[in-house]
Amino acid sequence: MSVLVYTESENGKFKKNAFEVASYAHEVAQKMGTTATAVSFNASENESLGNYGISKVLNIKNDELKTFNAKAFAAAIQEAAAKEGAKVLILSSSADTKYVAPLLAGHLKAGYIPNVIAAPESINPFTVKRTTFSNKGFALSEITTDVKIVGVSNNAFGSIENKVATTIEDFSPTLNASHFSTKSVEIDKVVGKATIADADVVVSGGRGLKGPENWGMIEELAEVLGAATACSKPVSDLGWRPHGEHVGQTGKPVASNLYIAIGISGAIQHLAGVSSSKVKVVINNDPEAPFFKAADYGIVGDAFEVVPSLIEKLKEFKAQNA
Amino acid sequence: MKILVCISNVPDTTSKINFTEGDTKFDTNGVQFIINPNDEFGLTRAMWFKEKQNAVVHIATVGGANVEPTMRKALAIGADEAIRVNADPTDGFFVAEQLAAIIKDGAYDLVIAGRESIDYNGGMVPGIIASILDMNFVNTCIKLEVEGTEATAVREIDGGKEKIATTLPLIIGGQKGLVEESDLRIPNMRGIMMARQKKLSVIEPIAAIHATKDTKFEKPAAKGSVKLVTSVDELIDLLHNEAKAI
Repeated sequence: MSVLVYTESENGKFKKNAFEVASYAHEVAQKMGTTATAVSFNASENESLGNYGISKVLNIKNDELKTFNAKAFAAAIQEAAAKEGAKVLILSSSADTKYVAPLLAGHLKAGYIPNVIAAPESINPFTVKRTTFSNKGFALSEITTDVKIVGVSNNAFGSIENKVATTIEDFSPTLNASHFSTKSVEIDKVVGKATIADADVVVSGGRGLKGPENWGMIEELAEVLGAATACSKPVSDLGWRPHGEHVGQTGKPVASNLYIAIGISGAIQHLAGVSSSKVKVVINNDPEAPFFKAADYGIVGDAFEVVPSLIEKLKEFKAQNA
Repeated sequence: MKILVCISNVPDTTSKINFTEGDTKFDTNGVQFIINPNDEFGLTRAMWFKEKQNAVVHIATVGGANVEPTMRKALAIGADEAIRVNADPTDGFFVAEQLAAIIKDGAYDLVIAGRESIDYNGGMVPGIIASILDMNFVNTCIKLEVEGTEATAVREIDGGKEKIATTLPLIIGGQKGLVEESDLRIPNMRGIMMARQKKLSVIEPIAAIHATKDTKFEKPAAKGSVKLVTSVDELIDLLHNEAKAI
């Protein structure tokens, strides 16, 4: 009756969140007095999961599953859960896992709690803490079904090393044409840059930047910090930046270690979207901007003077601390 | 094409969130309720299918009589009929089972739901419906075209987007991008008057499991005051030595 965790990978490499959910699964397994098993798709270096407490890896090698397909992945994870007799399934909070998890919940008649920010408060009843009301509140939520599915918020639990012996077992789920009734035709993805979903640092710009032509300094600051770029809602509404960068209640949530808001006043909907970030920095020329009340550090000043200076100083800092 | 748009009744995005009854219930005092924004993008896209492809558009909501003003607004925007399941929508699995029963009975070709509600943020209802009814499913959908029984959707992925080909019957978890914010419709007087005459059926819930329950709520701890700095050197020093963020 192990705990099963879906460890995401891309081009054969585990994503950062794979080690976080593995760590979480190990913690849950320990609380339940059992072990954690991972199901991985076309990943190399499966043994690295042993560093994060995974005792067994079900290793799927299947060319049809090289591109993510929610229905097929859900069927494979479901079969893995049945094979392991898993009563608790752990997933991340990526776009792909939030696509898969409800399908699993429906098939397994399982309660699913997403946006979980801590290890279970209790196993019986199975109770977890999660964010609600778009990060304006927290809920203690109980899963009352036999099988339980937990979606762990990015950066909430962290990757915790717990080295255990790992066995790797090839696993071939039974799939048929019906599992591929939705087909990926084209993927348009920025390669080599951090995404908002798993970035440690996010640099975000607002209407205070006056126009899309001024985004060069946001991108440069993000590059220096290895950060993802983001924006406020008005900016995406104006078409200065793509919808995918819109942070806030009706956009993307950000749970980075560092969030730098430049020229963003801090509407309540935006603040809800970033409240899970650990350290928030605001650069704004309006000292009355509401974001200053929600920030840890702030500079009242003109972004067009502060940001270039910050870029130069950070480059010096990086060179000294390399 | 017969379309069902699933509507969730949620607090306005500007609402202050408070809890009551020993922090076990959301305090609705003074809260304005609206159509869930993700559902509103879907409803507007459904209106496009109605106007361009003669689709019939129904809406469905799980909730008490208090959700009817929100449903009437959706009817005023242009939906043809509404169905309310007379039950408290406290659990995503329960809600999905109610909506799945309606979809099965109504033989809908396309079901549009928001990717998540902005209150409980479960994000599970469309996916659970898809698994119950074995429908094709596209989540975080930002574009949707339908020709006959063929559908092309674009979904948002981490760091980009993915184009997907599939067929009806289809359910999507939609969001901003399905239509532009500027295309969202404000009901006009004629729409409001017509909405009063449109059919709003109230049905009792089917037997279904409650898979989860919220036992307690809390608000985030109060934030300490901001540390204002006057130079970027000071900021870098604080981020490195105090916050350990760089």
